[in-house]
Amino acid sequence: MAEKSHNKMRRRQDSAASNIAIELIGINKHFGPVHANKDIDLRITQGSVHGIVGENGAGKTTLMSILYGFYRADSGEIRVNDKQVKIKDSSHALQLGIGMVHQHFMLVDNFSVLENVILGVEDNFLLATSLKKARAELSRLAKEYELEVDPDMLIEDLSVGQQQRVEILKALYRGAEILILDEPTGVLTPAEADHLFRVLETLKKQGKTIVIITHKLREIMAITDEVSVMRRGAMVGTLKTKNTDPSQLAELMVGRSVLMKVEKGKANPKEVKLEVKDLVVKDDIGVVRVKGVSFNVRAGEIVGIAGVSGNGQSELLEAIAGMREPEQGEVFVNKRAISSDKDDGAAKVRKAGVAHVPEDRQEQGLVVSFEQWENSILGYQDEDKYGKGAFLSIDACRNEAKRQIEKFDIRPPNPRLITANFSGGNQQKIVLAREISSDPEVLIVGQPTRGVDIGAIEAIHNNIIAMRDAGKAILLISVELDEIRSLSDRVLVMFDGHIVGEVDPTTATEGDLGLLMAGVSGSGAKRVTATKKDKTTGVSGSGAKRVTATRKKKEHK
Amino acid sequence: MEMFDSIIFLLDSMVRLTVPLLLAALAGLYSERAGVFDIGLEGKMLAGAFGAASIAYLTGNAWLGMLAGIGVGMVMALIHGIASITFRGNQIIAGVAINFLAAGLTVFLGQAWFRQGGNTPALTMGGRFQAIELPFAEAVKDVPVLGGIYSELISGHNIIVYIAFALVPFTYWLLYKTRFGLRLRATGENPKAVDTAGIGVNAMRFQAVIICGVLTGLAGAYLSIALSAGFIKGMTVGMGFIALAALIFAKWRPWYVLWATLLFGFLNSLQIRLQGVELPVIGQVPVQAIQALPYILTVVLLAGFIGKAVGPKAGGIPYVKER
Amino acid sequence: MSARKPLPRWADIALLPTLNLLLAFTISGLVVLMVGENPLEAMRILLYGAFGYGEGFGYTLHFATNFVFAGLAFSIASHAGQFNIGAEGQAYLAGIGAIMVGLALDQTHWLLVLPLAMLGAGAIGGIWGFIPGYLAAKRGSHVVITTIMFNFIAAALMVYLLNNVFKPKGQMALESASVVNAGKLPQLREFWDFFGYAPVNVMMFVAIIALIGTFILLWRTELGYKIRTMGQNPNAARYAGISNSKIIMIAMTISGVMAGMIAVNEVLGVQNRLVIDFVFGYGFVGIAVGLMGRNHPIGIALAAILFGALYQGGLELAFEMPAITREMILVIQALVILFTGAMEGLFRTPLEMIFTTLEFNKNSKEQKG
Repeated sequence: MAEKSHNKMRRRQDSAASNIAIELIGINKHFGPVHANKDIDLRITQGSVHGIVGENGAGKTTLMSILYGFYRADSGEIRVNDKQVKIKDSSHALQLGIGMVHQHFMLVDNFSVLENVILGVEDNFLLATSLKKARAELSRLAKEYELEVDPDMLIEDLSVGQQQRVEILKALYRGAEILILDEPTGVLTPAEADHLFRVLETLKKQGKTIVIITHKLREIMAITDEVSVMRRGAMVGTLKTKNTDPSQLAELMVGRSVLMKVEKGKANPKEVKLEVKDLVVKDDIGVVRVKGVSFNVRAGEIVGIAGVSGNGQSELLEAIAGMREPEQGEVFVNKRAISSDKDDGAAKVRKAGVAHVPEDRQEQGLVVSFEQWENSILGYQDEDKYGKGAFLSIDACRNEAKRQIEKFDIRPPNPRLITANFSGGNQQKIVLAREISSDPEVLIVGQPTRGVDIGAIEAIHNNIIAMRDAGKAILLISVELDEIRSLSDRVLVMFDGHIVGEVDPTTATEGDLGLLMAGVSGSGAKRVTATKKDKTTGVSGSGAKRVTATRKKKEHK
Repeated sequence: MEMFDSIIFLLDSMVRLTVPLLLAALAGLYSERAGVFDIGLEGKMLAGAFGAASIAYLTGNAWLGMLAGIGVGMVMALIHGIASITFRGNQIIAGVAINFLAAGLTVFLGQAWFRQGGNTPALTMGGRFQAIELPFAEAVKDVPVLGGIYSELISGHNIIVYIAFALVPFTYWLLYKTRFGLRLRATGENPKAVDTAGIGVNAMRFQAVIICGVLTGLAGAYLSIALSAGFIKGMTVGMGFIALAALIFAKWRPWYVLWATLLFGFLNSLQIRLQGVELPVIGQVPVQAIQALPYILTVVLLAGFIGKAVGPKAGGIPYVKER
Repeated sequence: MSARKPLPRWADIALLPTLNLLLAFTISGLVVLMVGENPLEAMRILLYGAFGYGEGFGYTLHFATNFVFAGLAFSIASHAGQFNIGAEGQAYLAGIGAIMVGLALDQTHWLLVLPLAMLGAGAIGGIWGFIPGYLAAKRGSHVVITTIMFNFIAAALMVYLLNNVFKPKGQMALESASVVNAGKLPQLREFWDFFGYAPVNVMMFVAIIALIGTFILLWRTELGYKIRTMGQNPNAARYAGISNSKIIMIAMTISGVMAGMIAVNEVLGVQNRLVIDFVFGYGFVGIAVGLMGRNHPIGIALAAILFGALYQGGLELAFEMPAITREMILVIQALVILFTGAMEGLFRTPLEMIFTTLEFNKNSKEQKG
């Protein structure tokens, strides 16, 4: 409560100095049981560049989505230019001058730039006049803000950076005075990112207000005037950028996490079971996501990869599982290289002794319309223990399912129940039970406790530790820093497709990890100590090999 | 001269056979460009033909018949629309259902109302569209080459023929030069972009579906009250599917649709002409080969052997506003 | 966002299809009223025609046999996530295999003809299903469009073949030579008077075996598991190392083989020769049967009998009430397909809400109690 009145005082002091473009007061948003935005207060000064940082699930995108009309807040007040408003939808937001540049562009691929710009705001029935006007306006905007783009080119022929320019032009064309950009540099090359920053600077000089959502502290330090930090749905603090530094921000972002109570003995790693060498992997639209990654995992140890999602972890996981063919590099299991195939590569890798708990259990790990026992053999249907030859022995399958249910405490203990009817935690247990029961030599796990209730989390963690103690090699990828730190024996941090550092989880601080995850520091050294005075801005380097990825055009699916 | 007359005759017949294909293909164009798959063109045409012939017979007025045909087409299209858009149902299955519905209802109602085995009674003069002589057609008839082309090939068709061909440039203009067309095409490519631009996706799709109904109804009306003198059970004989094939073959572009349907219409008139005819060297041409050609060509195209047939990206997928 | 749970099994399998059927019948009844006939009387005649006397019942079973094969064809492909609209063409072309075996082995014994004819017809039907499957798996062509095209190509091909290859010299009628001896599959009435002149024959037993076989395939073999996984969740299939392209091709081929059995039934069991358009639309009925039967052999069997009854009853009805032609059946069929396949949301959504509310009330009562 004291905080609130303190804020009120600051408000009165500050609003005397400059205009407040956007003010959010007490915004709350729930998605079912999830409290995505908790009582958020936010003030964005007009004519400034305001950054919003936070980890995954911090609630940044939700908050901004409320602002530009995609969601409606459960409670709270929104004020635009000091007038209270209720934002109905995105066109209403545009009318208020709020424009959004999404992470995934809202563009029609086989339309030209001009056509995309005028879509929805055409002047009249005949396009000719609208196109002419847009062409002139785009030319003006291009000169003024360095947003050059050939208006007649088709979107599908443009580079990702140019497509983003079109998104920005769209918003400006519609008269946006407040621009919100969601993770704008995720798909850009460093050169394109620098260009974007120049554009944003120019926009600011022209009096526009910019809000930029990101998890990359380097960007925050480079271009923002103020920065708000969110953590687990709450607004942790708003600071003037020149008064802070990456370490402080990183700590705010990551918080004082309590090491989870995991009974864990000392690791006793033996021979190398999994080796990844110079791996380069592209995603579905042809953008390079893993840019030269090397590491290994030994038997009897858990190697955790920390990092904000979207930095290549998903593609890395799929490549190791044999589901995605790498552009370069190799993956070795027990010293033998694995082959991958987008169609059925996972089968061979499974046979080589790798079990895979996927990041998205409903999309990949389970067939939710199947009964539980049918899911307990997913991926292992060819094995003899489930039936000789071409046949499946229902008894063998169901018995195995029952065994797994018992061993892993899956509830309700009914192998005939449709999987969709199990809770998230139990669904995850089903996946884990299956993968662990196959007695693999290597276990790769992605987001093991996403959407899982507290009760199940502990059980799942204990299972993973047990596997490690049984001498298995375990690779754990998670965006939950607490989880990584509690479970892993070694922690690697992944940022922008590279492994930017390795830390000892028992000695590393939140600050160290936060900085690495935000791409601010990294040196490939075993221990990273970042002191508060260390303003390592603008330096992102890592000892890992950097592969210059040729920026290819977006591939047609 | 005989050769020339033969060719003119062939082309004339081609024009007449192309029209229903053209109309139906254009109908499908609007629908699919907005993202609604339509394999029910056949059924809508058939229903439109029946509606047109029935009303034309009952009123003795071809124009009323045409309106009736269009109306019936629209009703069938709305059923498809409600199933596909409102209920977000499977568009393929809805199309199959429409085809059966039309096949069943037309004969059933025809028999119940007219007791002629599913056909409608023959139409009198007033009930049919008559040929229109273009100005000067008689006068230039004897001018070598051009006269023949003008007076036989271009003049002398009924009104729907001229409407159909005029619809091609009109469709091109509508789709590419107007606001409506821009939004329609966007809806079939990226409905999310359309939605965030503040345009109603479902409203857009319904408009496209209704246009589709109008054009297929018109195609049906042409069949029963312009080309023929009444409705005959099953008279569309797969034309709706050839139109679909032409649409795909034309890669969903208006002017290509014209060429594709002309080609398929030509093949149709050719195989009729060649039946029983002994050609030098080849002997009797198996007309079935020519009949099957439109379908074979479409499969070849779909297999990617003669360029890619990439339809509207959001085609066939019901639009769900997230959360 | 309300969390709607999937319907309990019994509602999904029995209640929904029943509601859809009721709606289809109601609308059809309205149409019948519209032409001035009594729908209830029509219903009575229909039921009598289908089940009321031996010969009628025999016809019902005969139609049902074809519909079982057609339904299985559609369903097997459906389980793999593909819509095979081409059963009509696959069955049509398969007639070649049937008649050739029948004619070649006409002087042997039907016990020899039957399996070989099934083999021949199945092979051709399978190929005609395989090609669209291959094009879909490897070239990304949409199965629906290609199978529709293949239906027409098959039709054209068959006319040509009938005219130039199978038609005996000098004959006017566009049909092949007839099988007279072993090529004729024994009809049930040879053993049992009850069925009158109905052409129901041994293929009915093959249909029953096919139903059982399909169940075993889909729910008791590895391949079946892979097919179902692919159809329910292609991503999970990839994760499980199941080749999407292989499964599509296999499923489409099996589907075509199943459709080919219609040919054996019609060509050798009923017509005793190859006639033009002998498939008569049965392939398309398979779509309705598959959808109504929820793609499960038991459901398909019931739906096949239902549609068999509709077809036979419809014939009876057309005979008794001249105002109603057998096309009425097409209308009912269309409405069934529409409601079961395309307008699922009509009943499913409200039902789901009802069940979720009931579930919720039950739970809260339990918690209070």
